[in-house]
Amino acid sequence: MAGISVIDRDGEEHALEATPGWSVMEIIRENDLPIEAACGGCCACATCHVYVDEPWLAKLEAASDEEDRMLDEAYQVQENSRLSCQISFHEDLDGLKVTLAPEF
Amino acid sequence: MMAEPIRTDMVIVGAGPVGLFAVFEAGLVNIKCELVDNLDKIGGQCAELYPDKPIYDIPAVPRCTGQQLTDLLLEQIKPFAPRFHLSQQAERLERLEDGRWRLTTSVGTVLEAPTIVVAAGAGSFVPRRLPLPGADEREGRSLFYAVRRMDDFRDRHLVIAGGGDSALDWTLNLQPLAASLALVHRRDDFRAAPDSVAKMRELVSSGAIDLHIGQITGLNGSGSTLDSVTIKSPKGEALIPCDTLLAFYGLRMELGPLADWGLNLEKNLIEVDLATFETSAPGIFAIGDIITSPGKLKLILSGFHEAALMAQKAHRYVHPEERLVFRYTTSSTDLQKKLGVA
Repeated sequence: MAGISVIDRDGEEHALEATPGWSVMEIIRENDLPIEAACGGCCACATCHVYVDEPWLAKLEAASDEEDRMLDEAYQVQENSRLSCQISFHEDLDGLKVTLAPEF
Repeated sequence: MMAEPIRTDMVIVGAGPVGLFAVFEAGLVNIKCELVDNLDKIGGQCAELYPDKPIYDIPAVPRCTGQQLTDLLLEQIKPFAPRFHLSQQAERLERLEDGRWRLTTSVGTVLEAPTIVVAAGAGSFVPRRLPLPGADEREGRSLFYAVRRMDDFRDRHLVIAGGGDSALDWTLNLQPLAASLALVHRRDDFRAAPDSVAKMRELVSSGAIDLHIGQITGLNGSGSTLDSVTIKSPKGEALIPCDTLLAFYGLRMELGPLADWGLNLEKNLIEVDLATFETSAPGIFAIGDIITSPGKLKLILSGFHEAALMAQKAHRYVHPEERLVFRYTTSSTDLQKKLGVA
C-alpha cells in the first residue's frame, strides 16, 4: 500500500495510507489529522496549506495561478507552500512528505 | 437603549442556500422570515467562497455557479418578501416569558419570533486575524482588520497588508488621508481588480506610496502601540516604520456566539431531532452543514430537504391554532396564490 508522511503542528510524524486518486488534503482529513479544508477542496480557500518536503517539490505538478492566488490568504507562505487539495496522489508520490502549516 | 424589536414568525441565522430555501418552505406554510448574516452579501459560502465555481449536484439543475444558485434561490423566494439583516452577527439569544425568542445582533438589531432557524453552515465569516505575538492587544488600537470610519486613519503612518480587492481599495481610498502609506504583499502580483492594481502602481511610481514584497512576521512597539512591522522576504528581513496596520487576509469561518446559546453541540455541530430538525431548545431548529445526525451529508440538497421538514414542525409554533394540510404547489391554488401565480 502506498503512503504519505505528514508532520503535524506539534512536530509529530504520521505515516498515512494513501489511495491513488485522492487529494493529499483528503488523505490527511480522512485520517483525522487537523486540517480545516473549509471549501472542501475546490481551491476557494487556503485552509489546507502544507509545506512540501523539498526533494518532492520537483515531482509535483506546478501550482496553478488559481492556487497561487489563494495562497495569498494563507500565512507564513514559503517557496514550498502548496494547497494540499490541489495535489492529487498517485503511485509515483509514494513516500511524499508534507508538514501542516500553522492554523490561520 | 434597546432598538424597537422587529416581530416576525421566524428568524433564520445564515443567508446561505439552505437559509434561503427555508424561506420558501416556511412561506408555503404561512411563516414570514427575517434573515441575519455576518457577510455583507446574500449567499453564504456560495457567494463568498466560490461564486464562480461550478456546482453539479443540485437536483434538476445540471450546472450552476455558486452565485447563480444564490440568484435562482432569491428569485424563488421573492414572493415571500424575506427581509435581510446583513453585516451583522447573531449575537445573543434569549427566551421571552411568552415562550418566543429574542435575538440581538452585533449592531443592535432586535428580532423576536416564536421560531429560530440556525442555518449557519460552518459559522460566520470573520476576518482572518494575524497569528502574531502582540496582535490581540493591538487590535482596535494600532491593528485593524476592517475600516469602520475612514477618518480613524487620517494622519496615520499606515501599513496595509494583502493583495485582494479590500487591500487595494483601501490603499487607494486612504492614501489621500494618511500621513504615509505602505502596501505589503507576499508577491508582486495582485488578485484585485486590474483597474485598482494599475492605480496603485501609479501611486507607487509617483512616490505617493511604498510597495513592499514580503510577509509580515513581527509587530514592534510597546504595549498596544506600533512603531514598525517586520517583513520577511527571500531577500531577508526589513522593518517598516508605521503606527497603524490594516491587514486584509480574507475571511475565515468560526462558530461564534451561537456556541453559547445553550444548544446541544457535538464537535461544534448542533444536535437535532431527525424528524423535525428541532434542537434541544423548543422552537429552535438547525439545518444544513451546521447539524450533526446519523448519516448526515454536508450537501446543499440535504439542507433543502431539512428545511422542508423543519417548516412542518415550525408551523405548530407559529400557527398553533391552524391544522396543516399537506399540499403540492402543482395542484394547490392556495399555494399558487402565495407564490403569486394564481
